[in-house]
Amino acid sequence: MTQRKRKLGRGVAMVGAGMSAFGIRPDVTNRELFAEAFLDMVSSVDRGFDPQDIEALYVGNCGAEMWESQSVMGALCADVTGLTPRPALKVEDACASSSVAVREGIMGIASGMYDMVLVGGTEKMSILPTNWTTMALACGSDTTYESAAGFTFPGLYASMATAHMERYGTTHDDLLRVAIKNHNNGALNPKAHFPKTIKDVMDMRKAQAKEKGKPIPNWADEMEFLHDPRYNPVIAWPNTLFDCCPVTDGAACILLVADEIAKNFTDKPLYIIGSGQASGHNLHDRETLTSIPAAKLAAQQAYEMAGVRPQDINIAEVHDCFTIAEIMAIADLGFFKEGKEAATAAGEGKTARDGIKPVNVSGGLKCKGHPVGATGAAQVVEIFQQMRGEAGARQVTNMDINLALNHNIGAHGTTAVVQIYERR
Amino acid sequence: MKQIPFTIASYDKFIEDKKLMASKCVKCRAIWLPPRPICLTCKSDALEWVELNGKGKLVAFTVIGVGPMPMINAGYNRDKPYCSGIVELDEGPRISAQILGVDVAHPENIKIGIPLTATFVERGSWHFVEELARVKKTYLAFQA
Ligand SMILES: [Zn+2]
Repeated sequence: MTQRKRKLGRGVAMVGAGMSAFGIRPDVTNRELFAEAFLDMVSSVDRGFDPQDIEALYVGNCGAEMWESQSVMGALCADVTGLTPRPALKVEDACASSSVAVREGIMGIASGMYDMVLVGGTEKMSILPTNWTTMALACGSDTTYESAAGFTFPGLYASMATAHMERYGTTHDDLLRVAIKNHNNGALNPKAHFPKTIKDVMDMRKAQAKEKGKPIPNWADEMEFLHDPRYNPVIAWPNTLFDCCPVTDGAACILLVADEIAKNFTDKPLYIIGSGQASGHNLHDRETLTSIPAAKLAAQQAYEMAGVRPQDINIAEVHDCFTIAEIMAIADLGFFKEGKEAATAAGEGKTARDGIKPVNVSGGLKCKGHPVGATGAAQVVEIFQQMRGEAGARQVTNMDINLALNHNIGAHGTTAVVQIYERR
Repeated sequence: MKQIPFTIASYDKFIEDKKLMASKCVKCRAIWLPPRPICLTCKSDALEWVELNGKGKLVAFTVIGVGPMPMINAGYNRDKPYCSGIVELDEGPRISAQILGVDVAHPENIKIGIPLTATFVERGSWHFVEELARVKKTYLAFQA
């Protein structure tokens, strides 16, 4: 493969970012979720702008064909936002759909074709019963050779967890500490699917037991609650309910412009300085089961383009669809050594909001929610707010955030996107 | 004799006949399971079919109570979970398959590295369309 160093043909900046509330949203469809994110984005542009100046849309959507029996989501999102007849590309790359959409939009501007584009994604998932949602999600793996062998998504990541445990002595408690941390963050995110700490969840369960006149459970701490199979059942061993992200409805979008016009819209534009993307084999065909090779490659490309190192990154939003995924992500990104160091980072507070390397301050996919086609763009929304000091109660305050990164995995690692953002 | 094409349909037909067949690169001798039409190592499309001995070991696994429709229709559920895993064959390649004969009630007792032997199971096809999902198919599995 060519070793030529890749670069953007011209600079690209973010001047607006917004998202819908994440959660179970029974009264709205994909396009309406996208409209909600769009209006939130419009209100985030400091000096305002005329949406009619948007020249193209790139919309991530993983599976409206399955969940809503609806394709052409690009054109529908252009229609609902009043942007017809602009070109609108629907991008599908499983859970990385919207990060790939963001990247395509970046290239649309970097190429000189456009000066302003709208990028993002939407996913309406809660509409199908669990067994069909399991099927729809499993279409992101190889249905011929993986899903047909019985593998579900929680199952594929669970297999990576067993390989990690075997190789590095990682424990299930190491995994659960990632969930505790991300719930601590997400509790401060008003748009999160479950804006609750694990302690809040325990209090809720106790109150429910009391209300029903049942014996009130008495857990010593969060870990004892998470070890209680009545409240945290196994989904795909060793993944329990609290190792898994929820099924979420939501949308997110970002306004990208050419860097020479960025200051027309805000004094605080953020610049995209690194972008990487790679594809990967089926899990059984990879040289490793304890790392995601495509993520390592995407990270390497992004670091090279940006001219920065892992230790230079202040905060990161990473793909924690399952707890083991965050442990692999922070190693693949070069933040921590693969194995014990990465597995214990959450437990030791290193990746906490006030830690040395805050990871998933939004609550991550785990707590904020994972509307698959919107997830990558929602990671960027968090980075936009954190880098501009607009993240409210969950704002990282122990450092200046000059460099941030998002890491978004499609399926179980068949696609990976890593992008790096700079505040100047 | 005309070469049997290196397709999923050919592989499925072999599995139906209870034969575990892989594609082997004539140029660099690499063995591919599932079979591939192009060698990943040297990118050659000069391949031949080889039968594997069906012996291997477990390298990763999970026990699932909430499965996809074909597994639900095969009778699996929270009370009757199943094991799926990745198996490394004696000849080198790895493949995903259902693992039979392990203690699914106590997954902590299932050990990575245990020896496994290929076997074949029948269940409904992977498809959203009911008429197609109802069609029975033979799948590769492994017995502990
Ligand atoms: Zn070869």
